[in-house]
Amino acid sequence: MPQSNGNSTVLKIDGLTKFFGGLRAVHDFDVDIKEGELVGLIGPNGAGKTTIFNMITGIYPVSSGKVVFKDETITDLPAHEVTHLGIGRTFQNIRIFPNLTVLDNVRVAYHPHARYNILDGVLRLGRFGRGEKEMTERAQEFLSVFGLDEYQDTVAANLPYGEQRRMEIARALATEPDLLLLDEPAAGMNPGEIVELMDLIHFIRDRFDLTILLIEHQMRVVMGICEWITVIDFGEIIARGTPEEIQNDPQVIEAYLGSQATRG
Amino acid sequence: MKIRSIPTWLRAVVFFLVVGVVIQLAFSRGWLTEYWQQIIMLSSILAISALGLNMKYGYAGLFAIGHAAFYGIGAYSSALVTKDWTTQWSGSPVGALAGLVGIEVGFVAAVVTISVLDIGHRRRALRERLEEIVSPFEASVLTTTLTVLVAGAILVVVGGGVGWLARQAVLAALPPLFGGLPAAVSEQLVFLIALIAGSVLAALIGFVVGLPLLNLTYDYLCIATLGFGIITYVFFNNADQLIPTMKGARGMVAIPRLTTWPWILGIFAVALVVMRNLIYSSTGRAILATRDDLTAADTMGINTYQYKILAYSVGCAFAGLAGGLYAHLYAFLHPSNFTWLKSVDPFVMVVFGGVGSMTGTILGAFSFVTLLEGLRVLPAELIEWRYVIYPVILLFVMLFRPQGIMGTNEWGFLKRPKVEGKKPAAGAAATSEVTPSEQPASASDN
Repeated sequence: MPQSNGNSTVLKIDGLTKFFGGLRAVHDFDVDIKEGELVGLIGPNGAGKTTIFNMITGIYPVSSGKVVFKDETITDLPAHEVTHLGIGRTFQNIRIFPNLTVLDNVRVAYHPHARYNILDGVLRLGRFGRGEKEMTERAQEFLSVFGLDEYQDTVAANLPYGEQRRMEIARALATEPDLLLLDEPAAGMNPGEIVELMDLIHFIRDRFDLTILLIEHQMRVVMGICEWITVIDFGEIIARGTPEEIQNDPQVIEAYLGSQATRG
Repeated sequence: MKIRSIPTWLRAVVFFLVVGVVIQLAFSRGWLTEYWQQIIMLSSILAISALGLNMKYGYAGLFAIGHAAFYGIGAYSSALVTKDWTTQWSGSPVGALAGLVGIEVGFVAAVVTISVLDIGHRRRALRERLEEIVSPFEASVLTTTLTVLVAGAILVVVGGGVGWLARQAVLAALPPLFGGLPAAVSEQLVFLIALIAGSVLAALIGFVVGLPLLNLTYDYLCIATLGFGIITYVFFNNADQLIPTMKGARGMVAIPRLTTWPWILGIFAVALVVMRNLIYSSTGRAILATRDDLTAADTMGINTYQYKILAYSVGCAFAGLAGGLYAHLYAFLHPSNFTWLKSVDPFVMVVFGGVGSMTGTILGAFSFVTLLEGLRVLPAELIEWRYVIYPVILLFVMLFRPQGIMGTNEWGFLKRPKVEGKKPAAGAAATSEVTPSEQPASASDN
């Protein structure tokens, strides 16, 4: 069961259900994430993990159920408003802005915090210069945290894959979230990169005071860094507990871990 | 002093002045025939319109046909205003202008009221509260009905009221204000106001059309905006039923011939600066992000729908502005110039020049007009081959350079401003970085 260390709840989901036509993708999902936790969400392909992320972030409308973020009901709020409230995310298949430079990718994320409006921009009033400078400096800070300084002017599409992933995380952080949703951050990475990624996730959680919910297929990542894990299969929760408990749960082994658990 | 140590904006100003003066001299000294003067002026006007389409299609990724409709809206509305000043067709020299300003100010006032009252969020809150009492469906129907009623009431009361006041203000203030000025000056002022009013009208109609349509994507958006283009064409054809001066299918005549090269150049320069400053600001980046990945942009906290509407309206404003210049260049407007087929022309210019490149769009507009019109210099027996030569050129460009002449590159002043790196030696690093890429720009500026 989730360990409660006295912190306040950041994300509380209750009875979340999603139908795609007659297909029940997610059924009665609930979770209660406390401040500062690093939580894993795992399950076989097609179990409904990304669907849950899409419902939390307002990309899919919810069929039924409730999502509460920091005491505010965010069910069916448009995606950009969910972001404004403080939920950032990355995507399973990286979604960068391919034609923008790396710096601009991050500056876009900082747009809702821009201190000048469209008129300042068109007329190049004083506020534009100051606001732009501040945005650029903030974005460059994020880039240097992620070791992407040298790529600042590179068009994002030309970035190596691993750097694209890091840039996506940098961009998500630039939205200034309290809760970060990472959708398979280790996908397509080699063992060396995975170790780096795990360090990075720990590092950003401490540096930016984040709560993190993570979807992952790579067992070493999930088992290595998550404090507790929820396992779903066919849209339903089948187990919940610490990594050790999950590894020994017969239902989980049967549904999902089976062969991979012995390998890992 | 090295050329590249001069700020880009100053080089741009010099470039514009030199080109402008040279062309003006060529016009007034008769170095260019009347025919080539027309080509240069028409190209510049179409370039402004194509820049608008580049905003919609190149920057915001909106595959919207129907640009010619907004070009026509700007043309007809501004022509009605200036013709009113010279012929008083509405009974008062500023009757048409007052009506137009009234509609525009009233509409903007209503929209601002609606957004200040935050009706969208109130509707959500109300629906949530109602859902506890009645079924979700009933709650949805009730809140939607109520929202429409409230928005409609605001439109009528606030929009109508403010609009009427604005109209009265124009009627009362403008004639005495302009009456004291020499006729030539007041005419030019009315022309400027007419151009702005026509452009604003095009933007507002774009806004209204965009509200329901811009949730659509790609081909769906194309078909929907095509529908609007056809409706507008039919309206122009039958407009004499509503405003006799527009003459419907016979074509509107006797529009004052006020468009001159300095006007075109000035408006072209302003339009270019506005577009460049807009796209290289945070707002511009939000628009580009919306184009590149809608879902990701939403997740970055960008209200993508709002930015699509913004880009679409700005694009329409450019079309309207160009339309106004066009109307006062030829002094004659016919609905056939604004059919949906004419909406393809700016597409050709943008795609030919480079989607998402201002430089490319301008080059595209100039090559388009020059190719089509310039090929008239061919001997008489070959002249009909224009429509073979020009498509063949298009075909080859698309086959061998599908990204268009410029791709997404820009020249000089239109280039993306360089951002200094964060390194401590930023000053030294930045200058050495700027040098190689800025060289072609300085060459083009001179």
